[in-house]
Parts: sequence; structure tokens; C-alpha cells
Amino acid sequence: MKSYPITVKSFGEHAILVEWPNKVDDTILEDILQFTKFLKSRLEEDWEFVASYNSLTLVSNAISIDFNNLKKELLNFYTAMDYTQKTERFLWTLPVCYDAEFGLDLDEVARKLSMTVSELISNHAANEYIVYGIGFLPGFMYLGGLPKELETSRKDTPRLRVSKGAVGLAGKQTGIYPQDSPGGWNILGNCPVPIFNVNAAEPCFVSVGDKIRFEAISRAEYDLHKIEAEVGIYKPKKMLLDA
Amino acid sequence: MLKVLKSGFFTSIQDAGRFGFRNKGVPVSGAMDARALSKANSLLENPIDAAVLEITMTGPTLLFEEQTYISLAGADMSATLNNLPIENYRVYKVEQGDIISYGRLESGFRAYLAVKNGFQPKKVLGSSSQYFPLTSKKCISERNEISFEPTVHFEPKITELKIDAYFKQKVLNVSKGPEFEMLNDIHREMLFSKEFTVAKENNRMAYQINELIEGHKVTMLTSATLPGTVQLTPAGKLIILMKDGQTTGGYPRILQLSKDAICVLAQKKSGDNFSFKLY
Repeated sequence: MKSYPITVKSFGEHAILVEWPNKVDDTILEDILQFTKFLKSRLEEDWEFVASYNSLTLVSNAISIDFNNLKKELLNFYTAMDYTQKTERFLWTLPVCYDAEFGLDLDEVARKLSMTVSELISNHAANEYIVYGIGFLPGFMYLGGLPKELETSRKDTPRLRVSKGAVGLAGKQTGIYPQDSPGGWNILGNCPVPIFNVNAAEPCFVSVGDKIRFEAISRAEYDLHKIEAEVGIYKPKKMLLDA
Repeated sequence: MLKVLKSGFFTSIQDAGRFGFRNKGVPVSGAMDARALSKANSLLENPIDAAVLEITMTGPTLLFEEQTYISLAGADMSATLNNLPIENYRVYKVEQGDIISYGRLESGFRAYLAVKNGFQPKKVLGSSSQYFPLTSKKCISERNEISFEPTVHFEPKITELKIDAYFKQKVLNVSKGPEFEMLNDIHREMLFSKEFTVAKENNRMAYQINELIEGHKVTMLTSATLPGTVQLTPAGKLIILMKDGQTTGGYPRILQLSKDAICVLAQKKSGDNFSFKLY
């Protein structure tokens, strides 16, 4: 296994930051997840681990950090990392209704990208996107892996209200609005299944490092999945990825 | 039950915070002034994370429907119990039908009201702290009923605490943030010599600062942020994330407030001034 030059930085009294090279790269993300798994099995204290793109932040709510000692400990753990216990990553297939009712900007985006609306939809749904981070709002996924031909500018004027579940496209990013909020992304459709649900046993089924694929569904399937999700019987399709 | 007769400007139920879900984008929330939370609870011999009311700027009017004991902490908002003045950091007995209300904001910005054994709303992801849309409401409103267990008799070991007015401090202790090293001499000079004022854009998510410092062109990949993280935007604007702040961000994290400095800032309002000091 390849190991990277990592740096450990101080981040206040209760957190410490580990950084990998400054790149959006799936093998770096894999290494971060592997290290997280290793640390969880080795560190005795109760830590929260926040992985995002090229960094891992450890936060302790209880203890104050002795930076120099912890830094040394983390660097030693990284050198001693065990790669035999692979991390589990999943591919989730999320339903999206791309009907005009939800896909408010389909026509405009298709025109800007010089393709038909159906080409835009099939391109968007054909890809696997990597979850490089979850943040900004509960359950908001930073998705990487948008193909070049789908890159487009944000809307000139942001909308004051974008609906929960709206699937957006802007710059090099695509993603799902986890709640009603203002927003400037182009809206292509709507996902009826909440990524974040406080009433579920596992409030956010997706984890950093997982992959997402969108599946185009009809309006009738949209209504069905929405009801299934509301009563708590919708099971998102998932597949264990080969490590 | 505690019945809300008037809600005040922004009053919410808060405990020590919601932990364990940062990796899913959930802010920690909890009392902005953690020190006031712990003092109010310790007087009542509550667990330190028992839920209290956090009262911002203008206080509510509240009717006690059961007997209990209360304590107040944080900002001085001229609180009264049945129209008689009551003080911070003391234990008071309240009877069924008693009314607590608030007057003029004398000092600070956030006051806390604790009851014996804490308020007991339905917990969401292990915490009573209100944060919309995880909880159905972002704050309390008129006619809400907030539950607590009645207490008929309690003999406090300590009836009164003497607290220095820490929130009148104008110096915020900070440590270097992860991107501190990107700052040039002009940045550093401005950060540690200037007085800053709190912008009117200040709430439980973040405090913006009126004065700009030098901008920058550094881009970084989105990474974790914490309560007390000071971000610097490309235009030179300083944003200090607070308890409901987002868990990740893409602006350089140049400074990190100490735990106590977060409490000090939580008691500042629009127009109040302060400076940063490395410790």
C-alpha cells in the first residue's frame, strides 16, 4: 500500500488535524478512511472523526489535547497502519425524478451544454460520484467525479427557496439539497428519499467515501418512494464496493 | 410544565450539545455560553449538561405550572419573579402560578434559566438542544409548554455564586488555526493590533466582524470547522463560527477561539468591540 507524506496540525484545545497532499483523489480518500478505521481500533479516548477530501480531524469533546504527544502518537500509528482490515465502502443508488415539474433548469442547462434534455439526464445518471465530504448542512454530500461535459456555471440569480431533495448542478459539483434553503445551483430533478432523517435508526445512511449513482424514475415511482420513506420502509439500494 | 406567555426575541432550549454526528454534517449546538450553563446547573446540583433556556437580548414571560427551584446565569436582563427583582447565580424557589419575566438588557447578550433537574423535551440524536430542522422548531414560541419534573423540596449546598463579569472582557484568547501560516505580515499586524466590532450579522451559527482585514487568494479543499473557528474570506472578512456553525467549510481557518473565549463572544452583541490575543 502506498503511504503519503502527512502533516499533523494543532486545531484548538479539543481537536487535531491530519492533512494529506492537497488533491481531490480517491486513493487519498481511501487512505484517510483506512487510517480512521485503524485509529478507532487503537485510540482509547472517545473521538469524533471528520474526514473530508484530504483531511481528517479528530475532535474530543471531553479531553484537552496534549498536541505534541498526540502528534507523535498519530504519526507512529500512521507508520504502523494495518492495511489488511479493509474499510467498507458502498455504492448507493438514489432515485431522482427528472420530470420538468422538478427539473426547473433542465432546458436552460441542456442549451448551455449543447445537448438535449434527455442526453443531459442520461449523462447525469450514468456516473458514479464519490462522497468526499458531508457537511455544510446535516446530510449534505460533497460529490466529486462530475464529467467535464456537465460542468456549468451557477445561476446568475440564486433562488430564495430551493426544495428539499432538489438535485443541483454547479461548477464541478452536483448534489442534493438536504432541506429547503436558498440556493444558486441549477436544479435538474428531485430525490424523494431524505439523505438525513432524524427518526431513522441510522440518521444518515451515506458515509464519506461511499459512492452515489442517480437512477431516473417516473413521477409515479417518485410518489411511491416518498411515501415509503415517510413511513420508514424505503430501503435505498446499496452495493459493497470492491476494495 | 413551563408555559410560554411571551417568547422574547429568541429563546431556545439548549444543553451541552449534540455529539457524535459531526461526520454527518450535524452542528454540535448547545449553550453558546457553556460557562453560564455549567454555573446555572451546578447551583441546582443538576448534571452539568442538563437542558436550560438560552435567552437572547429580550427575555420571555414564563408561567410555572408546578413547583421547582431555579437559577439564572449569563447576561443581566433585569429578571423578575412575580414582579420582584431576582439575581443571577442564586437559587430561588418557585411556586405553581409564579411568573418570571425580563426587562432591560443591562449587560451581556445571552441569559440562562435553569430548573431543578433540567428541562426535559424529547431528545433528538441524544440532545435537547433546539436546532432546526433536526428539532421541529428553532426556538420557543408563545403557548409552548416545556416539561420539567416538579421539585417540592431541595436544599442547595451552595445558595449563591460569585462570578466575575468575564463577559465584559474585551480580549478573546485565540490559538493559531490550521491555515495561520498563510497569513502575511500585514494580516498578522492587523489581526493583533486592531479592535474589531461585532457585525449585525451575528447569531448562533456565526458572528461576522465589521472590519475587513487584507484579503487573500488562497484556495483550499473543504475541511472540518469547529465552534470558535475564525475563517478569513478572500475579501478579507472575518467570520467566527459558533455553536450551530457548519461542520465543514472552505475558507482558511486562521484562528481558533479558546473555549472560554467562545463564552465571552457569546455575550457580545452587534457593535460591541474586542481584540484577539494569541495565547
